[in-house]
Amino acid sequence: MTDTRTAPRADTARAGAVVLTDVVKRYGRGPGAVTALDGVSLSVEPGSFTCLLGASGCGKSTLLSLVAGLDDISGGAIEHVDQPVAMMFQESALFPWLTVLGNVEIALRVRGVGRAERRRRALELLETVRLSGFAHKRPHELSGGMRQRVALARALAQDASVLLMDEPFGALDAMTRDLLHDELERIWREQRLTVLFVTHNVREAVRLGDRVVLLSSRPGRVLNVYDVDLDRPRRIDSAPVATLAADITDALRAEVGRHAG
Amino acid sequence: MPAETVRSVADDTSRQLSGLDALEKTPITETRWGRFASRLWAGTWPKVLALVIVIGFWQLLFLSGWKDPWALPSPLMVWDELVAYVPTPGYWTAIAITMQRALTGFALSVLVGSVLGIAVARFKPLRAAIGSAITGLQTMPSIIWFPLAILLFQISESTIMFVVVLGAVPSIANGIISGIDYVPPAWKRVGAVLGMKGFQLYRHVIMPATLPSFVSGLKQGWAFAWRSLMAGELLVIIAGQGSIGALMQGAREFNDAPRVLTWIITVLVIGIIVDTAFKAADDRIRRAWGLHQD
Repeated sequence: MTDTRTAPRADTARAGAVVLTDVVKRYGRGPGAVTALDGVSLSVEPGSFTCLLGASGCGKSTLLSLVAGLDDISGGAIEHVDQPVAMMFQESALFPWLTVLGNVEIALRVRGVGRAERRRRALELLETVRLSGFAHKRPHELSGGMRQRVALARALAQDASVLLMDEPFGALDAMTRDLLHDELERIWREQRLTVLFVTHNVREAVRLGDRVVLLSSRPGRVLNVYDVDLDRPRRIDSAPVATLAADITDALRAEVGRHAG
Repeated sequence: MPAETVRSVADDTSRQLSGLDALEKTPITETRWGRFASRLWAGTWPKVLALVIVIGFWQLLFLSGWKDPWALPSPLMVWDELVAYVPTPGYWTAIAITMQRALTGFALSVLVGSVLGIAVARFKPLRAAIGSAITGLQTMPSIIWFPLAILLFQISESTIMFVVVLGAVPSIANGIISGIDYVPPAWKRVGAVLGMKGFQLYRHVIMPATLPSFVSGLKQGWAFAWRSLMAGELLVIIAGQGSIGALMQGAREFNDAPRVLTWIITVLVIGIIVDTAFKAADDRIRRAWGLHQD
């Protein structure tokens, strides 16, 4: 995928790790065509944590697929400083025929990393997500939260500076999600990652993000961008998080209400 | 925020996370051997009971005088034949000839079936052209091919091979095709995100993901190959090749019912052994993948 076709904008691409300019995504043709995204512009700072928030049908997952290059844009431009990008999904999608270690190693293997180095690096990454003791287990022997940590280690093995996360903790219980927020925050800081995080959970977005981007539904447009100026580490149940989350929830509800009848 | 606060928060999280991990682990209450033994027993006694019932019925049928003893021998007469015949070299040579045909035919079928399966799964026009024909072939009784096979290859090994391969290929191809069709999209998406393209995606995702379906295709393919082979050996008797089918036809011509029954039992036992091997392979995969709950 070549998205760096707009030469005059090269300077802005330097400024942001990912720059989206008037991104349009349409599915289908003619009168039956559905516009999923309609002119989304966004500049993601290197090293920042950006949460994309929206109700169903806002195309937030679509947006992530476009940034990852899994799908082609219908209009506008997406510029990357660094490619490829790493990505994580709601389902861990670990390969059941490989061990935990093998699942991390596969990402390195595809990149042509040699056997010994692969092993060393994969073990190091499992250490990072605190799963060293489970290297030789099979994915089905782990809990949902542990599987997502393996998926995170696999994404980190891609050695990309940008990490895209599509509702990665959506299927987890609150306790596990809470702890994984802490873990993700730590890894994001240590590895100086640029994170684009999609969620429909407002508090999760405020808990994690430097910025929360609120998207409208059908078609998806940027409704508002909230800067989250709260000290880290944050707690999801702290008062400042709750206050900002309430504001954003009101905006989100107003947007959802627009689609009634 | 002071550095030591950051560190202690991280330590806390680490400890809580390991606590949660430990709680997720299910305790193991039985040893591997204990589980194996109890499963062995649970699988064995119903089989033994069924065998006793079948032999009992057979004995009653024999005693009722429904058929003459030369046509329907008693279980004991067959047992005596079994004990006398099994140690002879002729018995084992026949098994060797038949098994060699079975394995050659099956190996050829796996090769042809795999290539065909991958080709049909990959190329849309090919699927449109022969996809449903493969399933159609699967429903054909293999014995229907023998008259044609004999015209093509006369009474020869090729005749038998032709029908065996024709019987097994559709199952094996279909196993691969449905396996490839049902690879979860999430796995393919991960492959794409990791940067796999073309052959790499096949090598690292699609082929391994197809394994369970491939194995059940192999199992079904074997069953068809084995049936076709038995039909073939009874119909196509090649001089000098004392296969199971040929010796069985010979025994019938001499009205040697105990020997016919000895061969029937032999074929049944071979079928069970091979089926057990396939089942073990299937179980292993299911267990490793976590598709199995016991």
